[in-house]
Amino acid sequence: MKEFGGPAAFIDRSDINTDEIIPARYLTEISKAALKPHLLEDLHLEGGFDPQSEEIQNARVLVTRSNFGCGSSREHAVWVLEVNGINVVIAESFARIFRQNMFNCGILAVELAKHDLDRLFKLQGKVHVAVDLDAEQLIASSDNGSSLTCPFSLNPFDKQLIAAGGWLAYADAKY
Amino acid sequence: MGQTITEKIFAAHLRDTPSPGNMVLDIDVIMCHEITTPIAIMDLVEKGMDRVCDPNRIKAVIDHVTPPKDAKTAMQAKIMREWARRHNIKDFFDIGRNGVCHALFPEKGFIRPGNTVIMGDSHTCTHGAFGAFAAGVGTTDLEVGILKGVCAFRTPRSLKVEVSGTMPKGVYAKDIILNIIKQLTVNGGTDKVIEFTGPVVEQMDMASRMTLCNMAVEAGATSGVCMPDLVTAQYLWPFIKDEYDSPESAAKDYRRWHSDPDAVYERVLELDVSRLEPQVTYGYKPDNVKDIGEMAGTPVDQVYIGSCTNGRIEDLRVAAAMTSGKKIADSVRAILVPATPAVYSQALDEGLIKIFMDSGYCVLNPTCGACLGMSSGVLADGDVCASTTNRNFSGRMGKGGMVHLMSPASAAAAAITGVITDPRSYLP
Ligand code: SF4
Repeated sequence: MKEFGGPAAFIDRSDINTDEIIPARYLTEISKAALKPHLLEDLHLEGGFDPQSEEIQNARVLVTRSNFGCGSSREHAVWVLEVNGINVVIAESFARIFRQNMFNCGILAVELAKHDLDRLFKLQGKVHVAVDLDAEQLIASSDNGSSLTCPFSLNPFDKQLIAAGGWLAYADAKY
Repeated sequence: MGQTITEKIFAAHLRDTPSPGNMVLDIDVIMCHEITTPIAIMDLVEKGMDRVCDPNRIKAVIDHVTPPKDAKTAMQAKIMREWARRHNIKDFFDIGRNGVCHALFPEKGFIRPGNTVIMGDSHTCTHGAFGAFAAGVGTTDLEVGILKGVCAFRTPRSLKVEVSGTMPKGVYAKDIILNIIKQLTVNGGTDKVIEFTGPVVEQMDMASRMTLCNMAVEAGATSGVCMPDLVTAQYLWPFIKDEYDSPESAAKDYRRWHSDPDAVYERVLELDVSRLEPQVTYGYKPDNVKDIGEMAGTPVDQVYIGSCTNGRIEDLRVAAAMTSGKKIADSVRAILVPATPAVYSQALDEGLIKIFMDSGYCVLNPTCGACLGMSSGVLADGDVCASTTNRNFSGRMGKGGMVHLMSPASAAAAAITGVITDPRSYLP
């Protein structure tokens, strides 16, 4: 099975919508690769946000708050993560369509309890997240030596989708 | 234990239970538009899976940017068009016959009570107004729907909203749903279906019910749904008259889908509309909702009347009645977009288009256009728009623009005054 995890980027805001993840003006693209430069292009954070920052550009894991991916159903919002190498999003909760799109693409949407998420946000320094799918836990370690382990639970069906490499492969084999 | 309408529809369409709590359903209607479908088509072609489960279950339209604004949108349309031809999809609506999907497909009678419906579009929940389970999905779900006619959902939980009281003058379905979203917040409905019930909903026409269900997703809900009844049957009558003796007999048959009295809900919200004021959004989230009086006087640069939420003939009638004989403010650009050719044509017959044009509106062909900031009225940085659409996200109608969501009556009032205005002072 695919490995999940890597350097993490933190976005401390709830209700980030898919228009912010990939604006509608790029929906005329008919290839996933063309979305790559536009990751989180319209995201506004108090205190500023730079989608070109090293933290975002190097990220394999995105850590955010609640209701991530609300709004438009556009799967482009998952693809733009995918083509930028992000294979895990960690949040307190997700909008339904976005969460389904993640697993449908064979990548991971992890829901963490609020107190675990708070602890994750408090880690200082550069954070690396390793996901253990079988044990259903993730280990976040900072370059300053601190680390923490958070349990999560994965719906068995979502696990099957990940193992199959996505919903299309799963459904094609089964139905 | 009783069942909700959604549980009944799920049970009737169950194909597989891959794990407890996950259900794979047979899908009756798979709807496609040119923004999310071409990329699905290209992917299926690339994988050597360019097939469709059943061309009759697929309905397709070019609606978001039409006629095309540039070479890229023209290519999206072309991919759809050629795909529809290749697979003999007869219900395909191209330029001249096309309109906003969630207004056009109901008009064509494609959605029936008890149906399962998916589309690569978050406002697919609109079709729940017919007593169907209708959900927006992403491209992969759409691909599997096209290919296999199935889609997976978590077992739905339901949330009931009971709307009672007397609708005050100047208050419409749009004000009700904005107020409901304010109460539920943007994720209060996540993984749930919102059932709209109560005497006020029972008395609503289909256009108003569609306005309610349309915005269920703005509360994070999987879908919205109304009980199918005589109003539903009368709306559908031209399409079902070979199946039933009368609209009454159809309505009686539809009762089998109704939620049982002892069905279980996660939450019941009661809303008495008797004292409800016209509502308006502020900020960038659809649950940022206030009474219009609190926002009155806010200058607007553009007024946009249209979309799958409020671009139907009923909406145009309300706005036209207020606009008749008046000019729009000099500082305002007003854009009217009838949602479908039938709406446009009806509005012409009724003289509404002339009222809007005489008043200073620009009248466009049916399209999504500026609703999602892709064409036909995109906002400039700093522009403020009074809009009958459903989303006020930052950048939604153009980068740096601010969108205030409101009813067609409130939008028409803003066009006349140039500022956010309580529509009750302008109602005939
Ligand atoms: S009118 Fe707006 S919300 Fe409705 S389908 Fe079109 S883009 Fe989406």
